[in-house]
Amino acid sequence: MTFDPIIAATRFGTGLSPVIEPPWDTESMLGKLGGPDQAAALMPIAGFEATTPTLAFIGALNKADREARGTDGEAAAKEAIRQKNRELSDVSRHNTLSTLARCVTAQDGLRERLTLFWADHFTVIGRGFNQRHLVTPYIADAIRPHVAGRFADMVKAVVMHPMMLLYLEQTRSLGPSSPQGLKSGRGLNENLARELLELHLIGVGGGYDQTDVTQMAELLTGLSYNAVHGVTYRAQQAEPGAEVVMGRRYSADSALATITSALEDIAIRPETAAHISRKLAVHFVSDTPDPDLIAGMSRAFVDSGGDLLAVTGAMLQHPAAWSPVRAKVRQPFIFIAAGLRALGVRADRIMPLGNGQFKRHLTDPLRLMGQPFEQPVGPDGWAEEPAAWITPQGLAGRISWAVASPAEFVDTLPDPRKFVQTAVGPTAPPELIFAADAAESLADGVALVLTSPAFQRI
Amino acid sequence: MDRRGFLFGGAALGCSLAASPFMTPVALASGPWDNRLVIIVLRGAMDGLDAVRPLGDPDYAALRPTLNDGKALALGDFWGLHPGLSDLMPLWQAGQMGVMHAVSTPYRDGRSHFDGQDILEAGSLQINGGAGGWLNRMMSVVPGMTAETAYALGQENMAILQGPAPHLRWAPEAKFDLSPQMRRLLELTLHDDAMFRDAALQAVSIADSLATEAMAAEGDDLDMMMAPAKPGSEANLAQFAAARLREDTRIASFSVNGWDTHQAQANSLPKTLQRLSQTILTLRDGLGPVWDKTAVLCMTEFGRTARENGTRGTDHGTGGAMIYAGGALRGGQVVGRWPGLAEADLFERRDLMPTGDVRAAAGWVMQNLFGLTATQVQQIVFPGLDLGNAPGFLL
Repeated sequence: MTFDPIIAATRFGTGLSPVIEPPWDTESMLGKLGGPDQAAALMPIAGFEATTPTLAFIGALNKADREARGTDGEAAAKEAIRQKNRELSDVSRHNTLSTLARCVTAQDGLRERLTLFWADHFTVIGRGFNQRHLVTPYIADAIRPHVAGRFADMVKAVVMHPMMLLYLEQTRSLGPSSPQGLKSGRGLNENLARELLELHLIGVGGGYDQTDVTQMAELLTGLSYNAVHGVTYRAQQAEPGAEVVMGRRYSADSALATITSALEDIAIRPETAAHISRKLAVHFVSDTPDPDLIAGMSRAFVDSGGDLLAVTGAMLQHPAAWSPVRAKVRQPFIFIAAGLRALGVRADRIMPLGNGQFKRHLTDPLRLMGQPFEQPVGPDGWAEEPAAWITPQGLAGRISWAVASPAEFVDTLPDPRKFVQTAVGPTAPPELIFAADAAESLADGVALVLTSPAFQRI
Repeated sequence: MDRRGFLFGGAALGCSLAASPFMTPVALASGPWDNRLVIIVLRGAMDGLDAVRPLGDPDYAALRPTLNDGKALALGDFWGLHPGLSDLMPLWQAGQMGVMHAVSTPYRDGRSHFDGQDILEAGSLQINGGAGGWLNRMMSVVPGMTAETAYALGQENMAILQGPAPHLRWAPEAKFDLSPQMRRLLELTLHDDAMFRDAALQAVSIADSLATEAMAAEGDDLDMMMAPAKPGSEANLAQFAAARLREDTRIASFSVNGWDTHQAQANSLPKTLQRLSQTILTLRDGLGPVWDKTAVLCMTEFGRTARENGTRGTDHGTGGAMIYAGGALRGGQVVGRWPGLAEADLFERRDLMPTGDVRAAAGWVMQNLFGLTATQVQQIVFPGLDLGNAPGFLL
C-alpha cells in the first residue's frame, strides 16, 4: 500500500483527465496545496462583502415593497424586486459554475476536495432565496483560505462570519444577565455553541456536557450580526463573569478577544485533534478508517498546533490512505465534476451555461442525485456512507445525467473504448471494457463508463 | 466469439435474458401493517380560516371583509368550505374528509416559514438535534421495516422522513427510459457490486411499474383520473404514491406548495386549494379499495393572521386548520375546540389561538392505525408531547 497516481487523482482529487496529469508523488501534492491558490485566481468567486445584492439592500427593497402596496409606487417596487431576483440567480449560477469549473480543471484537485470537505464540516445553509447565493462567498471567505493553514484560523473565520452567525442563530443570543438581556428579558440561543462543540470542534463523545454547551453559549454572547452594522461585538450583550468550558476557565473580560482566545484554545485540544482527524479519514479513505491512520493524523495535529497542511500530509503519508480497497463513493457534485474532467471539458464550456442548461444539466440532476447544491438538510452536512448516495433514485439520477448531459459539454463524445482508460485508468474491469465496446451509441458508452462502480468508487 | 454471442450466449457471463432481473420487476418486501398513512406538507402556511371558514363566529365577518365573499359551501350551521375545495364535497358527504381546526405545531412567535417547517417535520422544537423527521422516528419503533415501507416523493427534500430508518425517495420525473441494450449492459457493469446492483434493480422496478401504469391508463379512456398527470405536478406525485401504497408501501409523504397568500388571496388561494383537492381525489381514485385503510393528513407550518391585511391577503400567523381524508378516518365533521375570534381570544391579539397540537392528531392516528403505544408516541416519535384526549376523527 504505497502511493498510486490513480488513487491520488481520484480518492484525493477531482478525478482523472485526458489533459491534466495525475499527481506523481505525495510531496508534489502537498507542495501544490501549500503553494498559491491558482484556481481561485483563475476563476474568482467574490466574498460576502463584495457580493451584491447585499442583505442590507435586499432588506431595504422588501421594506419598500411592503410600504408601496396599494400606492402608485407599487409597480416600481415590484419591478425592483424582480430585478433583484434576477441578480440573485445570476450570482448563484456564477458561483455554482465557478465551483464546478475549478474542480473540473484543477491542477491541484486536493485543494478542491478539501474545500468541499471543510465547507461541509462547517455547514452553513442559506435561508431562502435571499441568502442562498451567499454560501459560496462564505466558503471563499472563511474556508478556502485556510484549508492548508491553521485550523484555529478557520474556526475563527467561520465563527465571525455573517453567514454562520445567521445560520446558527448567534444573532438571536443575548447574555440573560447582560444589561440588554435584563432590559429585554431575552436570553441565550445555544445553537452555535452546541454545534461548535458537537460538530465542529470536540465531537460527540468528546467529553463535554450540557453545562459546557451553556457556558460556551454564554462565552459567545456579545458577538452578533445584522445587515446594517455587519458583524458586531457589543459588551452590553455579553454575559458577565468568566466561563468554564470543559474544565478551562476563560477571561471574564467582555471583549471579542475572550471569544477568539477561547476558540484558539479549544481548536487545538486533543479531543478536537482526534475528532478532526477521524472525520478527514472517514471522508477520504473509509467509513471505518484504520485506527493507526487516525492516530498518526491526531499526532500531527497536536504536534503542529492544528496545522492542516501537516494533518493532511500525515493522512497522505500513511499506507492505509493508499489501500487498494475503494471504500468511498463519489458524492454527486464530485461525480459530475469528475465526469466532466474525464471528458476534458474546459472552463469556457462551463461558465457560459444559461439558466435553462444550468438547471437541466446541473442543479436538477444534483437534486435528483440527493445533493442539491449547498443545501444539505442540517448543520451536520452531507452523509458519508456510500449507501446514503447509491439509492434507487440517487443512482437513477446519476445514470440519467450520464446518458443525457456529457454531450452538452463537448463537441464530440470520446470513443468509449478509449474513454474507459481515460476515466478509470488501466485497471478497468473486463466487463466494463466489454460493455463500453458493446454500447449502441457513444452517449450510452460514455454513460456506462461514468456509471460503473469502477468510476464511482474512489 | 463475437460480442453479442459473448453477452447473450449465457455461457461466459451466466446472465440469460429471461432470468435477468433488470428486465423483470422484482418483488419487494412487504410492510408490517395493513393501514396506510399519507402526510401532505402544505408549504407556505395555509390560511385555515379561509379554507374552512367559521361563518357562525360573530367576529369572523368583520375580520375578513373581502375574503368572506358569501360563496362558501355550508358544512352544517357554523362552518363554510372555501369554494376552491368544492371538489371534496362528495368526500365530506361520504364521511371521508374532514377538518381539525384551531391547531398548530408548538412553534410560537417566530412566524418564519423555514423554522415553522423545520419544527413541523422534526415534530419538535429541537430542530438541530440531528434526530431526523418524526415519520422516520415512527418507523424506528416498529420492527420489520424495509425501505419500501415508506416513500418520500418529489424533488423537494422531505425532512419529515429523514433519519436512520430506511425509506425510499423517488421523484416521478426521474427519467429512466433506457434502451433495452443499455439495460443489459448496465446489468453487466453493475452486476458484481451489490450496492450498485440492488439500487439499480429497485430503480428499474419503480420506473417499470410507472410505465406499466401509464400504459394501462392510456388504454382506459373512461377513467380520466388515471390519465398520466402533468410531470412534476402534485397529482403526478399522488398517482405515484397511490401505486406504491397499493403494493407494499405504507407511508408516503410529499409537499403541495403555494400557500403564502400575502396579497390578493382571493385570486391565488382557490387555485392552490383546487390543486390540493385534485391531489386528494387522485389518491382516492388511485388507491381503489385501499382508500378505506388510508389516512391522509394535510399539515402546514402555521396559520395566518385572523385579520385580512391591507392588500386583501393575510400574513404569517399561528393557529390554522388540518384537512384530513381517507376511509380510515371519520370525516364529515370539523373537530377541535374552537377558541373564538374575539380580539381577547386571539393569540397575541392577531392570530387564531391554537387549541390543539397537530402532532397529537398524528400521534393518535399512529396509535389507531399502526398500533403504536402512547408511550412510543410521547417518548420517541414526539418526545415530550402530551397526547391529550383522542380527537373525534378516529374510527
